[in-house]
Amino acid sequence: MSLIRKTAAELGSMIAAGEVSAVEVAEAHLDRMAEVEPKVQAFLHVDREVTLEQARAVDARLRAGEKLGPLAGVPIAHKDIFTTRDMPTTAASKILEGWRPPYDATVTARLREAGLVILGKTNLDEFAMGSSTENSAYHPTHNPWDLTKVPGGSSGGSSAAVAAYEAPLSTGTDTGGSIRQPAAVTGIVGMKPTYGGSSRYGLIAFASSLDTPGPFARNVLDAALLHEAFSGYDPMDSTSIDAPVPSVVEAAKNPDVAGMRIGVVKEFAGEGYQAGVLARYHEAVQLLESLGAKVVEVSCPSFTTALPAYYLIAPSECSSNLARFDAMRYGLRVGDDGTRSAEEVMALTRAAGFGPEVKRRIMLGTYALSSGYYDAYYGQAQKVRTVIAREFEAAYQQVDVLVSPTTPTTAFPIGERADDPMAMYLADLCTIPSNLAGNAAMSVPCGLADEDGLPVGLQIMAPVLADDRCYRVGAAVEQALESRWGGSLLSKAPQL
Amino acid sequence: MSAITRDEVAHLARLSRLALTDDELDHYATQLDAIIESVAKVAEVAAEDVPPSSHALPLTNVFRADEVRQSLTPDQALGGAPAVEDDRFRVPRILGEEA
Repeated sequence: MSLIRKTAAELGSMIAAGEVSAVEVAEAHLDRMAEVEPKVQAFLHVDREVTLEQARAVDARLRAGEKLGPLAGVPIAHKDIFTTRDMPTTAASKILEGWRPPYDATVTARLREAGLVILGKTNLDEFAMGSSTENSAYHPTHNPWDLTKVPGGSSGGSSAAVAAYEAPLSTGTDTGGSIRQPAAVTGIVGMKPTYGGSSRYGLIAFASSLDTPGPFARNVLDAALLHEAFSGYDPMDSTSIDAPVPSVVEAAKNPDVAGMRIGVVKEFAGEGYQAGVLARYHEAVQLLESLGAKVVEVSCPSFTTALPAYYLIAPSECSSNLARFDAMRYGLRVGDDGTRSAEEVMALTRAAGFGPEVKRRIMLGTYALSSGYYDAYYGQAQKVRTVIAREFEAAYQQVDVLVSPTTPTTAFPIGERADDPMAMYLADLCTIPSNLAGNAAMSVPCGLADEDGLPVGLQIMAPVLADDRCYRVGAAVEQALESRWGGSLLSKAPQL
Repeated sequence: MSAITRDEVAHLARLSRLALTDDELDHYATQLDAIIESVAKVAEVAAEDVPPSSHALPLTNVFRADEVRQSLTPDQALGGAPAVEDDRFRVPRILGEEA
C-alpha cells in the first residue's frame, strides 16, 4: 500500500523502526498534494522546502537517538488560523495577507516538539466564520467526494486535505462546529476537545469563550494520538484547564461500549433533517445497542435555542476580538495618503480587508452589545447558555454520552447558501450546544446517505474532561461499521 | 416592521470602523434584519431567574509570578507593521489639525 494510504499510527511506527524516513513520507504527501490540489484546493500556503527541512530535522533527531512520540515524522496539514514562524498566517483574510507571525502558537510548538512535519497551511472560512469554507478571501475548497460540493467549514481545508489523502492528520478549530461539521461531510473523524483542554495561545481569536483547537484524522485512533500530542495545560492561555489530558488513546484502543448508557437527543431529528442522514443515524444507534449499550431517549428542550443564542454570543465576542485589526501594528493598511486621520484609515482598511460574513458578524455583535439592546440580546443569550449547560448536566445524570446526527444534511453545493446567512447557519444546529457548554464532542463517519451517496456523521457528546468517552464510543462504531463495510468509509470515495 | 433600519446599520458600521458603501449598507440592512429577527428567539426561553454564563467553565482570575521573561525584540515586534519610524509604529495622525 502506498505511503499516503497508511494511517498516522502506521507511519509513525514505520518511521520509528527506520523502515522509511520522515523525508520520504513527506515527499509522498507533497507529491500527492501536487497531483490533487488543482482539484481540491485545500491549502492556502505550501512551501516544499520548508516542509522537507522539518522532515530532515526529525530524521536527524531520531538518528541521534532522541525519544520522540508516536507521531514523530508523520506529516500534518495545519489550519491557517494557528500562528507559524516559518509560514504565513492569514486566517484566510485579506487583512492578514502575507503576514509572518513572530511566534508559534502553542499547538504549533507542540506539533514540532512531537516531531510532526507541517505540510502547509489549510484554507478556512475567514477568521473561522462559516460552515462551507466559501468565506475564504482566497478561494473555495472542494469536497473530495464530489468536487461541486463544500467540504464543510470553517476547517474545510483541513477536512478536505485528510479526506483527499493529502495528509493523514490535520488541525482544526471548533467554535460552533467547525471541526465536527467538516469531518461529517467529508467522511472523516473530527474531535472538539473539552473547552480549555487545548490551548488557544497563538490561535487567532474569533469567539474566545468558545474557540477550541482539535484534531482531524481518517480513524479514531489517529485522532486520539494527535489529540494527546497537542493538548494539555498551557500557562500562556488563561482559560486552559490545569488537569491531565483525558486518556483518549487508551479509550480509542478499547472500543467497548457494553453497559454504557447512551442518550439519544430527542430534539435533533425530524423536520429539516435529510432522510438519508436520519437513516444512517438511527442505524448507528441500533448498532450501539447491539454492542451492549443501553440506549435511552433524552429531552433537552432548550437545545433548539442554542443556534440563536450562539449567533448573539459569537458575533459579540468577534466584534470585540476583531477590533485588534486597526491597521496600525500589523496587517493591511489602506488609504494612508498623509491627509486622512487614523480613524479614517482604520475604517477604510477594515472595509477593504474583511469579507462580507466578517462584516455582518462584527455589526451584529456591535448591535447585540449596544446599550438598549444588551439585556434583550447578549444578556438573554448568556442566560440561555446557562439553561443549556444545565440541560446537559441533567442529561449526564442519566447517561454517559449523548448522540445526534452531526449535521442535518450532507454536503451542500458550492454557492447554494453563499449569500443566505440564515441557511448557512443551520449547518451547525446540532454542534453548537456542546460549544456553549464547553463539552467534549466528536463526529465519526456512520455511512452514506441514500439520496446522494455522501457521508453522514454521528455526533458523540460527553461531559467536560470526559473526552475519552467520545473516543471509546467512536472507536466502537468505527470498528463495527468497518467490519460491515469491509474497509473504511473513505475507501468508497471516488478516485480523484 | 423591520427589526433594524438602514440608518441604524450605518451607525453600527461607524461604531465598527467599517467604511461601507451605500450598496453594502442596503445589502447588510436586509440581511441583518432577517438575522436579528431570527436570533430574537432567545427571548422564548424563560430565564428571568437564571444567572448569565459568560463562559463554559467556572474560572476565576488566573495569575502568574511577576518575573521577567523573554519577549519579542523590537525588530520582531515591528516586523509586520505597515509603517515604521525610529523603532516605533508610524501611524496616521490621531489628533485634529488644531490640537
